[in-house]
Amino acid sequence: MKPGLAIGAVLAGVALIAALVSLVWTPYDVTALAIAQKLQGPSPLHWFGTDHFGRDIAAMLMVGARTSLAVALVAVGIGIGLGVPLGLLAAARPGWADELTMRGNDLIFAFPSLVIAILITAVFGPSAINAIIAIGIFNIPVFARVTRAGALSLWTLDYIRAAQVAGKGRARISVEHILPNIANLLIVQGTIQFSLGILAEAGLSYVGLGAQPPLPSWGRMLAEAQTMVTLAPHVAIFPGLAIVATVLGLNLLGDGLRDALDPRLRRAR
Amino acid sequence: MKKLFNSALAALLVSTGMAWAAPDAITVGMVLEPPNLDPTAGAAAAIDEVVYANVFEGLTRFGPDGAVRPGLASSWSVSADGKVWTFNLRAGVTFHDGTGFDAQDVKFSLDRARDPVSTNAQKVLFAGIESVEAANPQQVVVRLSAPDGAFDWKMAWGDAVIVAPESAANLATNPVGTGPFVFAEWVQGDHVTLTANANYWGGKPALAKATFRFISDPTAAFAAMMAGDVDAFPNFPAPETLPQLAADPRFKVIVGSTEGETILAMNNKLAPLANIKLREAIAHAINRQDIIDGAMFGYGTPIGTHFAPHNPDYVDLTGLSNYDPELSKKILADAGLSGIKLRLALPPPTYARRGGEIIAAELRAVGIETEITNMEWAQWLEQVFTGKDFDLTIVSHTEPMDIDIYARPDYYFQYARPDFVALIDKLKLTSDAAARSELLRQAQEMIARDYVNGYLFQLAKTGVANAELSGLWENSPTQANDLTAVRWGSAPAEAVQPTSAPAADPAAAPAAAEPAPRLDPSLSIEAEAGKVIFEETAGGIGCAACHGIDAQGELGPDIRGKDPVLILNALSSIAEMMELGVSKEEIDLVAAYLRYLHDLEAH
Repeated sequence: MKPGLAIGAVLAGVALIAALVSLVWTPYDVTALAIAQKLQGPSPLHWFGTDHFGRDIAAMLMVGARTSLAVALVAVGIGIGLGVPLGLLAAARPGWADELTMRGNDLIFAFPSLVIAILITAVFGPSAINAIIAIGIFNIPVFARVTRAGALSLWTLDYIRAAQVAGKGRARISVEHILPNIANLLIVQGTIQFSLGILAEAGLSYVGLGAQPPLPSWGRMLAEAQTMVTLAPHVAIFPGLAIVATVLGLNLLGDGLRDALDPRLRRAR
Repeated sequence: MKKLFNSALAALLVSTGMAWAAPDAITVGMVLEPPNLDPTAGAAAAIDEVVYANVFEGLTRFGPDGAVRPGLASSWSVSADGKVWTFNLRAGVTFHDGTGFDAQDVKFSLDRARDPVSTNAQKVLFAGIESVEAANPQQVVVRLSAPDGAFDWKMAWGDAVIVAPESAANLATNPVGTGPFVFAEWVQGDHVTLTANANYWGGKPALAKATFRFISDPTAAFAAMMAGDVDAFPNFPAPETLPQLAADPRFKVIVGSTEGETILAMNNKLAPLANIKLREAIAHAINRQDIIDGAMFGYGTPIGTHFAPHNPDYVDLTGLSNYDPELSKKILADAGLSGIKLRLALPPPTYARRGGEIIAAELRAVGIETEITNMEWAQWLEQVFTGKDFDLTIVSHTEPMDIDIYARPDYYFQYARPDFVALIDKLKLTSDAAARSELLRQAQEMIARDYVNGYLFQLAKTGVANAELSGLWENSPTQANDLTAVRWGSAPAEAVQPTSAPAADPAAAPAAAEPAPRLDPSLSIEAEAGKVIFEETAGGIGCAACHGIDAQGELGPDIRGKDPVLILNALSSIAEMMELGVSKEEIDLVAAYLRYLHDLEAH
C-alpha cells in the first residue's frame, strides 16, 4: 500500500469517525450557548477552544463533519444515480441518444455549482437540502462522462460482441457486463467528487447558501470567524484545518485507489 | 532603521511631488446604501445618514446632543394656545442650484409633505398642520389644528427638510438643498460624493469633499478601516474588532448612544403570537445580557420597553420581562402551549444575525422551536415590514421618540390597541412637560405589559475614526452623519493648513508626524570618498557600471538612499554582486554617497 493511500485513508477516516461519533456523543451540546465562555483558546476543557457564542469548537467540528459528509455523500449519490445510467445510455446508443445526453450534460457543466446553488436558493431559499441538490446536479455530467468514456472502450471488445451474439439486449449488457467493469473508475471518481462536494458545501455555507443556523457547518464557522481572526485565531484555524485535512485525505485516497485499481498502472510498476 | 526609512519616505514623497491624500477630504464608511437620496420620500435611515444636515436643512435641526437648534429658521415663537408657530427665516440663503430660499419654499415643502398623495415616510410629523402661510418672504406662520408643544422638534426631522419647487421632482437622484455640502456624484453600489458649498449661508465646512462608501460586509469594513480606505465608520458593523482598533494609535473608537431600540418584533395579529401568553413566555426566555455580550460584544444597554434609556422620560421595565426560563416554561404549560414552531426572519445587521442565533437557542431551551431565515434588506422590507408575513424578526428602530409606531394599525407588528392609540392621541395634544412624562410612562408600561415585542437592548453607536479626525458626532440623536464640524486635526480651522496637516492616509501618518530632518545637501568627506568607490573602484568597475552614474538604475535598480544594511544584503545575496569584494568601510562610504544623491533629489 502506498503511503499516500494510507495517509488519505487515515485523514478521511478521522472525519468519518468524528461524524459517526457525533450522532451519539459530542463533548458539548452544540445547540447550547454559553456566552460567558466565548472565544476561549484551546484548553484541556475545550480542546479546540470556544467560538463567539461559547460553543465548543471540537463538538461543532464533529457535527459539522456530519453535515459536510452527508451533503457530499448524497450529492455524489445523485451524481452516480443519474449520471451513470445517462453515461451507459450514451455509450450503448451512439447517435441521437448519445448526442442528446452528452450535450445536455455539457449544458449543466457550463454552469458552475455556485451559480446553480444561487439559482436554487433564489427560488426555494437557502438550506442544506438545496446545497445537496446544487452539488448533486453538478456531479451528474461528471459521472455521465466518466461512464460513457469507460463504456465506449468496452463496447468494442470481443466478449461484449459475444454477449450481443448470444442475444442479450443493449440495456442488459450495460448492466451485466459494462457496469461491473467500470466500477473501479466510478469508485475513484466518486472519491474525488466526494472531496469536491465537501469543498463545495463549505463554499456554499461560507456565502450563506448552505446549511442554515443552528446546524453547524465548517464553511459557516469560517465565515463567522472572519472578523475574529485577529482576536481569537483558533476560531478560524480549526475549521480551516478540518476542511483542508478532509479534502486532502479524500484526494490522496482517490489517487491511491486509482493507482491500486487501474490494471494498466499496476502493470507499469 | 525604521526612523531612517520614515524620513526617507517623507523626503521621497516631497521630492517626487507625490501628492498627499488631500487633508480636506474624508471618506465615510456606511453599512447600507440609501435606496434614493430624497429624505422627504423614503424611510431608509441611510438616506438621512448621507444628506441630513449635509445637503438638506430644515426649519430647525438636531444638534449632536439631540437638542433642537435653529436651522433655516433663525428664531421662532409659539402662540399662547400652542397652535400658531411663527418661524423667522434666514436671509441670503440659496439652494444649490442657485434658486433663492424664502417663505414660499417652506410653504411648498410642508404642503408637499402633508399632501394626501405625499410619499413622506413620517407623515405623522405634519398631521397636525392646518395651514402654512408665507406672511412675508422671511416669515412663515404655521397653524395647527391642536396645540403641539413639540412642533419645532418635529420640524428638525430629516423628513421635514426644506426643498425647492424647482428641484423637488428629482431629489431621489439629484438632491438639491441648502446645506453646507453639494451633491456631486452617486455611483450606485459604491459611493456618494459631496463637495463643499461655496455659497453656504453659515460657517464654511472644513472639508472640501466627502465621500460616503457603502460596505455592508463586516470583514470588508474592518479591512477598509485598517487599510485606510475609509477615514471614519460612524456605525461600525464588527464590534468584536473594536478593542483591536482602539489599541491601534491610528484610530479612535467612539462609543455613544443611539435612538435604536433593538427588538424581537412579534406578529401580534397572526396566530400563535396573537396569544399574549406566548409573547410573555418568549419575553422571559430571552437573556438580554447574553445577546448584548454575544452579538454586540458588550456594546448595548438592556431595555424593557420601546424607549431610549438616555431619555429622561425612560422607565426601566426590564423587570417585567426578566430572564427566567423556568417561569417561561410554566407560562407555556399553564396556557397549554406546546410544540410551538415559529419562523424567525433575520435581516443582515450583526445584531440580528448573531442575536437571532442566540434567541433561537434560548427559545429552544424553553421548548419553542424556531426556523431561522436570513434575509437581505429588500426581501425583509417586502416580506416582513410591508407584507407582515412573519412570526418573529429582529430589527433596530433608530428613529427618535418613535413609541407612537405602536399606535399605527398597519405597522408590521400590528399592535394598535385602542387604549394605546387613545393614549398617543392624548400625548399629541399635550404640551405640559410633566403631563407628557406621565403619558409617556403609561405608554411605555402598556406595551411592556402587553409583551408586544421582545425588548432587547438600545443599540450603541460604535464608531471608528482616524485618530486625526475631529468633530464627528459621538451619539446618534437622529439618523445622521453631520460633517459640518468634521475636520482633520483637533484644533479649529487656522491650525489646519494644507501644508502641515497630516495625510488622510493613516498608513502614511507616522511619516508625516515625524518630519524629515533637513539635511545638508553639500558633499561630506565620507560621501566624497564614497563617490569614488561608487563610480570607479568597487570591485574594479564601480557600482555605477550597473546602477548608473547617478545611481538611478540601469542594469541594476535605483539604489539612491539605500543604507549599509541593504547594501551588505545585496552584496551577499545577489549573484552578480557576490564577487565584488567590497569592504565594510567601503560600504559605509558608498552609503553616505547614496544618501547624498537621495537628499540632492529631495531638494
